Amino acid sequence: MKNVDIVIVGGGPAGLAAAVAAYDNGAKDVLILERDEQLGGILNQCIHNGFGLHTFKEELTGPEYADRFIQQVKERNIPYLLNTMVMDISPERVVTAMNREDGMFEIQAKAVILAMGCRERPRGALNIPGYRPAGIFSAGTAQRLVNIEGYMPGKEVVILGSGDIGLIMARRMTLEGAKVKLVAELMPYSGGLKRNIVQCLDDFGIPLRLSHTVVDIEGKEHISAVTIAQVGPDRKPIKGTEERYTCDTLLLSCGLIPENELSTAAGVELSPITNGPVVNESLETNIKGVFACGNVLHVHDLVDYVSEEAAKAGQIAAKFAQGAIADETDKEIVLKAESGVRYTVPVTIHPDRVDDQVTVRFRVGDVYKDSYVSVYFDDNRIRHQKKRILAPGEMEQVVLTKKQLAEYPDLKTITVKIEGE
Amino acid sequence: MEIRELTCINCPMGCLLTVEMDGDEIKEISGYTCPRGKTYAQKEVTNPTRIVTSTVKVVGGKRERVACKTAHDIPKDKISAVMEAINAAQVQAPVVIGEVLIPDVAGTGVDVIATAHAV
Amino acid sequence: MYDIIIIGAGVIGCAVARELSKYNARILVVEKNEDVCAGTSKANSAIVHSGYDAENGTLKARFNVEGNRMMENVCKELDVPFKRIGSLTVCTEKELLPELEKLKERGERNGVEGLRVLSREELLAIEPHIGDEVVGALLAPTAGIVCPFKLTIAFAENAAVNGAEFLFDTQVNKVYADSGVWHVVTDEKEYEAKAVVNAAGVYSDMFNNMVSERKLHITPRRGDYILLDRSAEGFVRHTIFQLPTKLGKGVLVTPTVHGNTIVGPTAVDVDDKESTATTAEGIDSVIAKSALSVKGLPVRQVITSFAGLRAHEDGHEFVLGEPEDAENFYNCAGIESPGLSAAPAIGVYIAGLIREKLHLSEKGSFVAERKDILNPAKLSLEERNELIRREPAYGTIICRCESVTEGEIIDAIRRPVGARSLDGVKRRTRAGMGRCQAGFCSPKVMEILRRELDMDLTEVTKSGGGSYIVNARTKGGE
Repeated sequence: MKNVDIVIVGGGPAGLAAAVAAYDNGAKDVLILERDEQLGGILNQCIHNGFGLHTFKEELTGPEYADRFIQQVKERNIPYLLNTMVMDISPERVVTAMNREDGMFEIQAKAVILAMGCRERPRGALNIPGYRPAGIFSAGTAQRLVNIEGYMPGKEVVILGSGDIGLIMARRMTLEGAKVKLVAELMPYSGGLKRNIVQCLDDFGIPLRLSHTVVDIEGKEHISAVTIAQVGPDRKPIKGTEERYTCDTLLLSCGLIPENELSTAAGVELSPITNGPVVNESLETNIKGVFACGNVLHVHDLVDYVSEEAAKAGQIAAKFAQGAIADETDKEIVLKAESGVRYTVPVTIHPDRVDDQVTVRFRVGDVYKDSYVSVYFDDNRIRHQKKRILAPGEMEQVVLTKKQLAEYPDLKTITVKIEGE
Repeated sequence: MEIRELTCINCPMGCLLTVEMDGDEIKEISGYTCPRGKTYAQKEVTNPTRIVTSTVKVVGGKRERVACKTAHDIPKDKISAVMEAINAAQVQAPVVIGEVLIPDVAGTGVDVIATAHAV
Repeated sequence: MYDIIIIGAGVIGCAVARELSKYNARILVVEKNEDVCAGTSKANSAIVHSGYDAENGTLKARFNVEGNRMMENVCKELDVPFKRIGSLTVCTEKELLPELEKLKERGERNGVEGLRVLSREELLAIEPHIGDEVVGALLAPTAGIVCPFKLTIAFAENAAVNGAEFLFDTQVNKVYADSGVWHVVTDEKEYEAKAVVNAAGVYSDMFNNMVSERKLHITPRRGDYILLDRSAEGFVRHTIFQLPTKLGKGVLVTPTVHGNTIVGPTAVDVDDKESTATTAEGIDSVIAKSALSVKGLPVRQVITSFAGLRAHEDGHEFVLGEPEDAENFYNCAGIESPGLSAAPAIGVYIAGLIREKLHLSEKGSFVAERKDILNPAKLSLEERNELIRREPAYGTIICRCESVTEGEIIDAIRRPVGARSLDGVKRRTRAGMGRCQAGFCSPKVMEILRRELDMDLTEVTKSGGGSYIVNARTKGGE
């Protein structure tokens, strides 16, 4: 069996940034395993602009952003295998992978970085009633067909869900000559970024119907129409509000789910909220030496934060692979998400393992205006920051410094919450 | 006095901007949290621009489309003219990222460049 | 002139075709859809009933019990997944407990073996998620689960290998007899045969009524189902039925041979024979009713919902064989539950009648065995690597949720009665059947279909007919 210091599962933005950081932190024996025929992951089909403002201080498209990291990987001669599917990861960090050239093979890794990304919630999971004809796509599948394959799914489009990919596809298909009739969103607010609502819908006069959903799908072979209805506060359709729209395409953009089947098989514990691994300050899962970053850990809003988080995972995995991480720590601080905060990543912090600071990322469960993000160290409020707007579609973060943590030597619990004042 | 409310698109913060206009004249801009927000508001009410991203036909390569964008933003009212030019264009593989595919697209003075490689 | 034309390539039509292909006869199977298993056979509970439910002396009882007994061998011969997991019919009302004994006695008279009434305690030991109100259950150890797609496909493939012809995308508009010869009229052509088998599912009344005064009337009875991801595997270990109560017939909860969990069906009589649209009420009621027999159904793991139509005949009974006034026209009509269970026995029975009537002789060259598409996951590491060296396509995973390789998909397309659409590939290989519901793999499967069948991507369909996936190139076509 081949031995490798760090195996990175996935060559998308998370895997690439993790690889570069691991290399730069002394781990020279790194291997990226990528299932697609090129590095870059889903960024390759995200041909719209808006990536990299934080990382590169310029506005790049998805493939351009990916290319920056791919060049860094190539400059460092970090090896990678394409068209290679990881089939299994054992708790002992034996990675089983397969491709056409090498067949099925096992690698013993000192550290494994999970960077498999996420997938879209399919129609079935949404339980939309009606027929099951052709012409219904998750927005990302349509994005691939249009941008990579160069084919149009149809000419009259209805979009359910105002996730970013759906908004982006509304503009993309409009620019390719399709008529996007409306975007229906079940929630009373959009799950997508404001800029996308402005640039992808408002610019083209595409209506966004909040608190609406699809209640019927017509068409036996191919979709021919959908019925949209308003929903009440219980998210159930309100009788009498039905409106029928003819269409030949229905795109679904109703949320992303971290893709953790491999993690589960390895024994990694998942959070029921994020569907991603439960990790500590080192982005390490409950399985020693198995780290997670990017959208497999929790769904991010911006790729820049994926890269940032993944670089951290790469850096720590490099230390781990070099045996430079204290094995056992006796102090563990638990993070709690309360009043409006849905989750935190990480979930635990070992203060003695924190280098200089730890970034706590989270999302809120509702739209909050002029509210405060508060952090409590046990009962002491150590941070109280006003935010003009907090929205479920956007990831938030607070940075805790080692110094802050050191001031509370008996700290047991850190609570992150949203407060009105 | 006209009040225009905008959502800043420069970054995902999506700052809510308020512009007080007196005819064509901007009286006051508020709500921005960085200088780019202010610039955006000024521009959005006087000369709105967008970066257009799309794909261009490729011949002689593995795939038949390559991703592209306008190298800079173009006037918003030129979007459809730019798309027409992009849809009509055809390039020969290989294409490297950053390569100019359509110079001075639709008379905007802006080039359409490749945003991906095409082999 | 054919000896036999079979109308309908569902599980019954294909079972009959396979049985008939044992004899020296020219057989044609005509199907209006683009593939086998496209009607009732594709959307049902995927279970093999033990046979206690049907009234004593009925055809349903007879063919269910016979089919159940045959299923194991048939599935072995044809390499189809079948598991005899047993069924439990749970009772939620104390006063209804005697009903379980009655069912047991009825089952025993039908010839069902091993029936036993279990107490709640005995039940809990084998099914930990059983509902709080369950007071007892009838255990039927001979009940099982089967993959209805694979069973139908296997019958069809084996029939084709043994010489039966299949005609898809062909709707039969008329059937009539003229001077002892049957004429089967389609849009394109008229075919002649000595005998016709009516295995047209929900349309079987229509064909019967064209040729016989013994009129049939079939009501399509829609059933909504939900399907849970394989991650919920083990939630139940048996097929769990509910003993009907005053509130009506319950729903079943059962594992599938592939490790998913099926919950359903509802029962709604509809007029339209193609009306397979699910409804919100149907899905909600399936979930609500399941709570009676099991608790804590992991509803978050639902990956899809679907609806199927059962061909319910007014007589509430299978209609098998020749009507008095239509010689050599063989009905397989009103085949609702337990039709899938009965399919092997119905195949043998109908083929037997035809053989006798047409004096068919046995074919020496009949090949009884059929191998399913190779599942590389069942190979050892060495065997798998040897396979990939020989056929590199087995080294590329196309469907990541179900771990389906390109090699399997190519096999599914190239074999007899091969896949020609995304659904055809899905039913043969499970590509696209997993938790992402083809989100990632459909563009790849489309490309393989395009390449293998030498067509344009715009010609690739989900399930034939007008079910195209993409309809134009970007950049305004070319």
